[in-house]
Amino acid sequence: MATGADTEQVKAPIEEIEPFEASEEIEGGDVVLIDTREPHEYQESHLEGGKLVPPGLLGDEIAAAAPDKSARTILYCRSGSRSTKAAEQMRTLGYEDVASVAGGILAWQEQGLPVVATEGLSPEQRDRYSRHTLLPEVGVEGQLKMLNAKVLLVGAGGLGAPTALYLAAAGIGTLGLVDDDVVDASNLQRQVIHNTERIGVPKTESARLTIEALNPDVDVVEHRTRLDASNILEILEGYDVIVDGADNFPTRYLLNDASVRLRKPVVSASILSFDGQISTFVPFEGPCYRCLYPTPPPAELAPSCSANGVLGVMAGTMGLLQANEVLKLVIGIGESLIGRLLLFEALSTRFTELKVRRDPDCPICGEDAPEIPPGEMGKFPDYELFCAG
Amino acid sequence: MATVRIPPVLRPQTGGASEVEAGGSTVGEVLRALAGEHPETEAQLFGGDDDLNRYVNVYLNDEDVRVLDGLDTPVSDGDTVVILPAMAGGS
Repeated sequence: MATGADTEQVKAPIEEIEPFEASEEIEGGDVVLIDTREPHEYQESHLEGGKLVPPGLLGDEIAAAAPDKSARTILYCRSGSRSTKAAEQMRTLGYEDVASVAGGILAWQEQGLPVVATEGLSPEQRDRYSRHTLLPEVGVEGQLKMLNAKVLLVGAGGLGAPTALYLAAAGIGTLGLVDDDVVDASNLQRQVIHNTERIGVPKTESARLTIEALNPDVDVVEHRTRLDASNILEILEGYDVIVDGADNFPTRYLLNDASVRLRKPVVSASILSFDGQISTFVPFEGPCYRCLYPTPPPAELAPSCSANGVLGVMAGTMGLLQANEVLKLVIGIGESLIGRLLLFEALSTRFTELKVRRDPDCPICGEDAPEIPPGEMGKFPDYELFCAG
Repeated sequence: MATVRIPPVLRPQTGGASEVEAGGSTVGEVLRALAGEHPETEAQLFGGDDDLNRYVNVYLNDEDVRVLDGLDTPVSDGDTVVILPAMAGGS
């Protein structure tokens, strides 16, 4: 015959508390906080101080996590149901003062309360970079590589502007910008990282403002200077990849010589009128800039955009191809433009690829090339026109 | 006949043409034929010693002729010769 006790199955419901109430109690101290989810959920994010006891292991593990059965114990899960059941189970085990967070960690976050990510991306980053992490070739691992990468852009102008913009969007954690110029109205036809309100503002500052608004994960380091033999080694040292968007030959050769010496990869592009070129130089793995162009051309064969003009979209087209190269190098996927010179002609929308080989006699990266002193980097002993600077 | 692709900086010397057909059995002959038809390109391409200027790269199809036989590199019908000076853009 059934006893009265069997019919008295009406248990008092588990106390449910709002996230902000739980937060206050936790801050007050003397609370044991238990996370009743699965390990992968915990790793994505959890409440600070929360101890993981998955529901299936509660019987075995709760005693270690919550030794004092009279202590105030708060449980949470994703949305509030698993933690309620776990609390009931704890009550049958003799825990006197248990409560469950109503709505779980979802409600907690909705109420603006903070969570901790044990590893990897924060919840905001998982959202921001979801289109990256969905790609099997990228994933969270690739995104973390981007966030930990340091990329230096030489020039925050035509090429630097679009490249910086998209590298910032991608989440490259540190972007260094080398430019001593200020924003000019004539820049705005192609240097889209700047805008009308920034005319007169230093380019590195203008770029930093745009990047900060786009992606707070990015740390911008402004190098408001021109690269020369006295500062280049020091500046380049702290970066993993260099983007060459320089506007003159002496800087390109100097950058090449220094990057080979420091073994830093350089993604190099140039544009003029309707044409663009791009290649990637990884010291000793492929050719360097001098292998490709052993001697700079005289002035009449090397006009500038300010003299000859350039279609604005050329900056974006080649700049983004540079950004693509940087991302592939950082993540370590795909095939880069090492040993390949890609030419783009906008008028015919035509891509041409030329082979670039390491020059065994290259004075910089050749087999027997001596290490040149910093003062000699970027120089050509037999080329008089260079002294024009 | 080979097709010679003219870089932007040299197009004023070819009347604006970005591609010029030129005959010759070597790269040197093709470039001489080009210079013959468009004399202003000669100084840009060739130095005083009849050799290519060091700052001009020339490709037969996709290979730099410096790794082939330079100006003596044989050219077949339908080949492309690409003339490529470096660009730095700027300002």
